[in-house]
Amino acid sequence: MANSNKPNIKDKYIKDFELFESKLNGQSKSYLHSLRKTAIEKFKSAEFPTLKDEEWRYTNVKPILQSEFIPAANAGEITPSAGEAEKHLYTGFDYYKLVFVNGIFQPALSDIDGITGNAIVSNLGSLKEPELQKLKTHMESIGDSDNAFNILNKAFSVDGAVIFLPDNFILDKPVQILYLTGNEKSEILSSPRNLIVAGKNSQAKIIINYQPLFDVKYFTNVVTDVFTDENAIIDFYKIQNESEKAFHIDKIDITQKGKSVVSNFSLSFGGALVRNDINVLLDDEYIENHLYGLYLATGTQHVDNHTFIDHAKPNCESNELYKGILDEKARGIFSGKILVRKDAQKTNAFQSNKSVLLSDSATVDAKPQLEIYADDVKCSHGATVGQLDMTAYFYILSRGIPADLAKSMLIRAFANDVIEPIKIAALKEQLNHQILQHLHSKDF
Amino acid sequence: MITIKNLHAKVEGKEILKGVNLQVNAGEIHAIMGPNGSGKSTLANVLAGHEGYEVTAGEVIFEGKDLIDMPPEDRAREGLFLAFQYPVEIPGITNTVFLQTAINEIRKYRGLPELGAKEFLDLMREKSKILNIDSSLISRSVNVGFSGGEKKKNEIFQLLMIDPKLAILDETDSGLDIDALKIVAKGINVFHNDKNAVIVVTHYQRLLDYIVPDFVHVLYDGKIIKSGDKNLALQLEKEGYDQLIKEAAEIEA
Repeated sequence: MANSNKPNIKDKYIKDFELFESKLNGQSKSYLHSLRKTAIEKFKSAEFPTLKDEEWRYTNVKPILQSEFIPAANAGEITPSAGEAEKHLYTGFDYYKLVFVNGIFQPALSDIDGITGNAIVSNLGSLKEPELQKLKTHMESIGDSDNAFNILNKAFSVDGAVIFLPDNFILDKPVQILYLTGNEKSEILSSPRNLIVAGKNSQAKIIINYQPLFDVKYFTNVVTDVFTDENAIIDFYKIQNESEKAFHIDKIDITQKGKSVVSNFSLSFGGALVRNDINVLLDDEYIENHLYGLYLATGTQHVDNHTFIDHAKPNCESNELYKGILDEKARGIFSGKILVRKDAQKTNAFQSNKSVLLSDSATVDAKPQLEIYADDVKCSHGATVGQLDMTAYFYILSRGIPADLAKSMLIRAFANDVIEPIKIAALKEQLNHQILQHLHSKDF
Repeated sequence: MITIKNLHAKVEGKEILKGVNLQVNAGEIHAIMGPNGSGKSTLANVLAGHEGYEVTAGEVIFEGKDLIDMPPEDRAREGLFLAFQYPVEIPGITNTVFLQTAINEIRKYRGLPELGAKEFLDLMREKSKILNIDSSLISRSVNVGFSGGEKKKNEIFQLLMIDPKLAILDETDSGLDIDALKIVAKGINVFHNDKNAVIVVTHYQRLLDYIVPDFVHVLYDGKIIKSGDKNLALQLEKEGYDQLIKEAAEIEA
């Protein structure tokens, strides 16, 4: 992995941890740090994935391992101005705002005024003991699905967004979580650890917006856990707009209880190498889960989407729709696994993955997998790869509309069924614009 | 308006048009009829500039300009309009945005100021009335969820909005019930005046009961084998194409 002149990358991160720990002083005995210590111990025996791992066969992480990123906690802090932060936010609607720089919370740039009752819209680093008690069951362990990157996140996770909704709590405005990352002086490792816990009958809309603070190389390594109790309704919009030089590895674990509804949007625009893992456990009956994904990639961008839906109980429904638009030499991967366990009778599980290649050099690999052990289920999956619809293109041109605009309209049309279900109108509008802009600016 | 001389065109390596000659002047309505596979839709698509068709010989002069090497968007801006046989659905793009973009691009090309929002909406209202189009249809995505008849009506609505010099209608009558056919014909008749021209490509005579052509041409095997006035269409309706095709074959031989 590393050449002989460089120390082993794992040893480097273990040393980084020791340095981080030595600066902690009083906090080294804290509950959070005990979690980090468990993680670093685990990390020592973990191996980074290679192309030989089935789940990583299309994504070579060497470029990440050959870089020596400095964990944000060990690097100097930078505080952007409010104006700088503002530029990266989606606007035109009211929201609570949590802003992080290199994964560290920025109270001065955030705005959570008006959160009432026992709800928590805050950050991991500033949680008090009683709040931690409430959340403990959801954040303790290293799970089976954790790979070396996820464990590394947990070792260095000093901060992250925390949203806790008590039973029957309906959040009156969406929360926008902004992660600004990058440092001009050093290559940063940002390790956000996000936690969303939704009580019975609670509702919220949550946007996580990853943006570059500088257009430099850095590594965002995120773990997000989402728990929804009975009847909760959560809309979760992850929008990845990292720098084109950045690496982004994200794992979202979603565990749902009875009759809860989660709509998860994973929209990927930026990054040099991007891996999005989403694991969903439908751990009760009458659950609804919607996974929407859109990935736009150009240049030499590499975007790998892995999803896993575990139908553990009967009478649940999952709907998955992923769409990719790939230009130039970009590479896209979609791997979607649906497991329907023996007990999960009356499961409805639908998966669709469609990609459009705008250039001859762009590639996409699609790997749908259905594993069904119950006999009374409705499941389907489909994957298509194609070009833009030339008949539709001609139709638009024949009305006098110029070629570049015609292509933009077709891309917008292709993305429509992922974008249309977005419930925040102003966000939808801006994403529409962004989709057109993203490819337009590349002169495709 | 348009002069087509000895037009040859191929699609996927196969020659479909084998020397079409046609002259259409301002104020005229021409009907192009013929059996399936005779090249009618190919002719319509070639005139509008579809990339999939390769012109191998001949020329097309539209309002003094050579069309052959002109991209489709410029043909539209010069005043040519094709009503599609199978109008395309464009999810996420509303009829309003689509038409406003089209009209303003055409106006820009011609050095005219763009239409403002109010002028545009007034125009939409006026033209949609002619076709009894529901205003909710206009705010929906282009052709998405439209019935076959609504799609064809929407083509004629676009025709009225864009107001081109030459309208080519490719099987606009197919799949329409009698009421929709009457409305579509009304739209075409409202559009038509002595400064513009219409080419109606159709398989059947029935649209021609409502849009009276000045000339009727029979296209067969990539060539116009007979031209006449509106009575030719009536004759075809009665006798079918077989007799004409036989005669043409005899002349050829």
